[in-house]
Amino acid sequence: MRLKRLGELCKRREGLEIRFILIQNRAGKTRLAKWYMQFDDDEKQKLIEEVHAVVTVRDAKHTNFVEFRNFKIIYRRYAGLYFCICVDVNDNNLAYLEAIHNFVEVLNEYFHNVCELDLVFNFYKVYTVVDEMFLAGEIRETSQTKVLKQLLMLQSLE
Amino acid sequence: MLVQFFQRTHYSLLLLGKSKEAEIKRINKELANIRSKFKGDKALDGYSKKKYVCKLLFIFLLGHDIDFGHMEAVNLLSSNRYTEKQIGYLFISVLVNSNSELIRLINNAIKNDLASRNPTFMGLALHCIASVGSREMAEAFAGEIPKVLVAGDTMDSVKQSAALCLLRLYRTSPDLVPMGDWTSRVVHLLNDQHLGVVTAATSLITTLAQKNPEEFKTSVSLAVSRLSRIVTSASTDLQDYTYYFVPAPWLSVKLLRLLQCYPPPEDPAVRGRLTECLETILNKAQEPPKSKKVQHSNAKNAVLFEAISLIIHHDSEPNLLVRACNQLGQFLQHRETNLRYLALESMCTLASSEFSHEAVKTHIETVINALKTERDVSVRQRAVDLLYAMCDRSNAPQIVAEMLSYLETADYSIREEIVLKVAILAEKYAVDYTWYVDTILNLIRIAGDYVSEEVWYRVIQIVINRDDVQGYAAKTVFEALQAPACHENLVKVGGYILGEFGNLIAGDPRSSPLIQFNLLHSKFHLCSVPTRALLLSTYIKFVNLFPEVKPTIQDVLRSDSQLRNADVELQQRAVEYLRLSTVASTDILATVLEEMPPFPERESSILAKLKKKKGPSTVTDLEDTKRERSVDVNGGPEPAPASTSAMSTPSPSADLLGLGAAPPAPAGPPPSSGGGGLLVDVFSDSASVVAPLAPGSEDNFARFVCKNNGVLFENQLLQIGLKSEFRQNLGRMFIFYGNKTSTQFLNFTPTLICSDELQPNLNLQTKPVDPTVEGGAQVQQVVNIECVSDFTEAPVLNIQFRYGGTFQNVSVQLPITLNKFFQPTEMASQDFFQRWKQLSNPQQEVQNIFKAKHPMDTEVTKAKIIGFGSALLEEVDPNPANFVGAGIIHTKTTQIGCLLRLEPNLQAQMYRLTLRTSKEAVSQRLCELLSAQF
Repeated sequence: MRLKRLGELCKRREGLEIRFILIQNRAGKTRLAKWYMQFDDDEKQKLIEEVHAVVTVRDAKHTNFVEFRNFKIIYRRYAGLYFCICVDVNDNNLAYLEAIHNFVEVLNEYFHNVCELDLVFNFYKVYTVVDEMFLAGEIRETSQTKVLKQLLMLQSLE
Repeated sequence: MLVQFFQRTHYSLLLLGKSKEAEIKRINKELANIRSKFKGDKALDGYSKKKYVCKLLFIFLLGHDIDFGHMEAVNLLSSNRYTEKQIGYLFISVLVNSNSELIRLINNAIKNDLASRNPTFMGLALHCIASVGSREMAEAFAGEIPKVLVAGDTMDSVKQSAALCLLRLYRTSPDLVPMGDWTSRVVHLLNDQHLGVVTAATSLITTLAQKNPEEFKTSVSLAVSRLSRIVTSASTDLQDYTYYFVPAPWLSVKLLRLLQCYPPPEDPAVRGRLTECLETILNKAQEPPKSKKVQHSNAKNAVLFEAISLIIHHDSEPNLLVRACNQLGQFLQHRETNLRYLALESMCTLASSEFSHEAVKTHIETVINALKTERDVSVRQRAVDLLYAMCDRSNAPQIVAEMLSYLETADYSIREEIVLKVAILAEKYAVDYTWYVDTILNLIRIAGDYVSEEVWYRVIQIVINRDDVQGYAAKTVFEALQAPACHENLVKVGGYILGEFGNLIAGDPRSSPLIQFNLLHSKFHLCSVPTRALLLSTYIKFVNLFPEVKPTIQDVLRSDSQLRNADVELQQRAVEYLRLSTVASTDILATVLEEMPPFPERESSILAKLKKKKGPSTVTDLEDTKRERSVDVNGGPEPAPASTSAMSTPSPSADLLGLGAAPPAPAGPPPSSGGGGLLVDVFSDSASVVAPLAPGSEDNFARFVCKNNGVLFENQLLQIGLKSEFRQNLGRMFIFYGNKTSTQFLNFTPTLICSDELQPNLNLQTKPVDPTVEGGAQVQQVVNIECVSDFTEAPVLNIQFRYGGTFQNVSVQLPITLNKFFQPTEMASQDFFQRWKQLSNPQQEVQNIFKAKHPMDTEVTKAKIIGFGSALLEEVDPNPANFVGAGIIHTKTTQIGCLLRLEPNLQAQMYRLTLRTSKEAVSQRLCELLSAQF
């Protein structure tokens, strides 16, 4: 059932579209999951496990891209955390690879040397960062200055 | 450095995961506490409510189920404090599904926030809609958001969110998003001062333009000028939007994507400016890097690869294509694995452009080297793909040899695919069929486990159909079987071929009948049941071929291990064959065990197996490739059950050979298809409703004269792709209909129309397709073609369907032309001119002198003549600049020999084409068809 739906969606030729963003640690614990497609809870769990399985077996000599069902995962590892973005096979690999890095630099600036724990306990802030930079499966804002300015403004409202 | 950022761990994080039981216990306690707070008499203040809803969210994200708190979260939405509202919206986005009863309350809160004129609250509301994106939300807000988007006083950050929010609603419910005045204003957001707004708007415009290209046509010139301003800016001009010295890389990528929704710009000024941009991007790749950081080169190359995609998409500027190819060639040897991978991938598409195919071929050594040295299997996989894509007659022996040698060490995960590719290339480019037989036997020797049934069925079909290779095949399998350990698939092929053609080598005392039999029988006991069954059939064929071994074979059949075999199939064969060999007269035996008749030619089943990768759908459908198991059972030695995978989605892979279960009978009547009969040759009564030929259809038609695959027709709704194969007077064409929209096509009815004149000469048979084509889906139709006699006109394909509320009617000429039934004939110079003289009647010759429409390139011309179907005869014409060809047109009733001669005059940019055949109409038609190609 699920496979079929993924397959159908894949055949549509649409623009850049992120299907989901996952941050996982080496043990497979999810630190952030943002879904841009409708999945039910079982499907989500299955995807999380599969992504972990395909990404963690790869080493530094491998590319940062891996085929995944009808899609591909663009990922980058920072110490013990894997940042993964799932996109269509004909999307631009390097653009997403750097979008991940851009996102991580913003997190790092915002949390002043971010660590895994910041993501766990400030999860609601991380979602805000994600929404500022990615929305509806698209890249929304790429300027670190602009994103950080907005985040600081929001923080001042707390 | 960032690498260290996530290394700090924390004591309490370890605690969380320390003991599952302790965690659950603590969480249950906490949940009970929160529940009592929510149910308590005392009304909670906003701060506490937020605190508990936030705790619930945290618990949910740790992986526990939450079944309460929704109402409290909805209450938070109407708070005036940002933090409370934010937690409320987050809870809704993460936890509330679209059919919740609360949706009315939620929508109400969103509505208030959208109207609040507070940019922070508007942002939260828009992000919530963009995350949930349900139909209910689309119904409530699809009319409102365009207004927010184009209102003059909307803040930039709200515009960004509104644009993407609208995009989300358009993707989930396109019917609910009204097109209107706002569309033209959205296009002008490409000119906005705020690059963040442009970034968001470009995504929206790209998606809208894919569905409504006409309405968004003006975006092309705006995108080009925006792109031009970015790529020519100095690295500091764009300040915030410069990323590691690269100006606005993501926006550049998005603009280049938007341009890929359209053909090259018609306006020469815009086109010139775009070409300049693309050249600038290519030039920048050659400049020394402004930073050593990988971020710099990644961002720069992200733009470069997208520019190359656009160049390939346009496929019209030979200069840019060749430059792109050279650039990718440099990347093939780059130290970054990512770049090598992407270069291989991108070159695969370049290999299929006629302008760059030759340039791609020059990198063959590098690609072969990649196959041998790359450490990442996915990179090697791309190298295999590229070798396959660049393969043609000139380099097939080298590529096949390299693939075979790679196969010895290849990863298990990709062996099967390589085996298929080798088998296809070997068959496709076999000039000498002994090479083909050697290649396939090597395949079995090296990777026998990965040689699927399709592959060894196919080698047997080919050997049976080509009598010039049968003796060689028998000798070769006989030798291969001498190896002490040989793969079971080799025993199958060997058993089958010796059973048919063992007699061809029986004269040699080293392969006498008895030796052949003993050799095969020495493998018998190590084989599986199906193979043993096949060998028993070989033995009974030997009884017929070689009466002298009959007693030996009868002894074997009579032994207990055969006659009383526990396997029913084996036992039955042994009993029946023994009985047959005892009672039947030599004549009867000879009739029953006669040599297999040639197999009807049909599309190679292995090609079918691999096809999805190269299918007309541009998206690689990996799942389908792996699921694909349609087996060509036609005449296979071991009839396998026809594929029963009745997949309801009409996908190009589901049933390439038409063997699977037929799709369920269409619910609606298929109009004008003659009651759904097999023969859809309707030509008379529907003529009045058939649309005139689509514009551009003539050009497309001409392109198919020398090739068999490609896109025949494309408009904003529908794409029609073709794949076809012809052998002698028969052919088979796969027509792929792709629904490019997200809306169903109803009453979808393709009809093949042959004029009265054409009908007796060309037989077309097909089945009706399912009348409903889902949005984004592709359906295929198979047409079986028989050329009865020579013909001039082409059949017309008419397609009618309903899209939205409108009736669509499209007609295109189907490129089934007389030259498709060509079989090339090689001949020496002397023979050629002798025949040429024999056909010297004025009616037999047709000549045409015409001006060249394309650049006069020798290699292209050769490729076209070969593509036309005739043999290209080298060193036949005394003038080496001339081209001569020969072939035979096969029709059911007759065969017509054809000779052709093409004389280019470079100075005058003219050609003289002469056709000589035994039939005037044929000379006339072939001359017409071929003249249009140069």
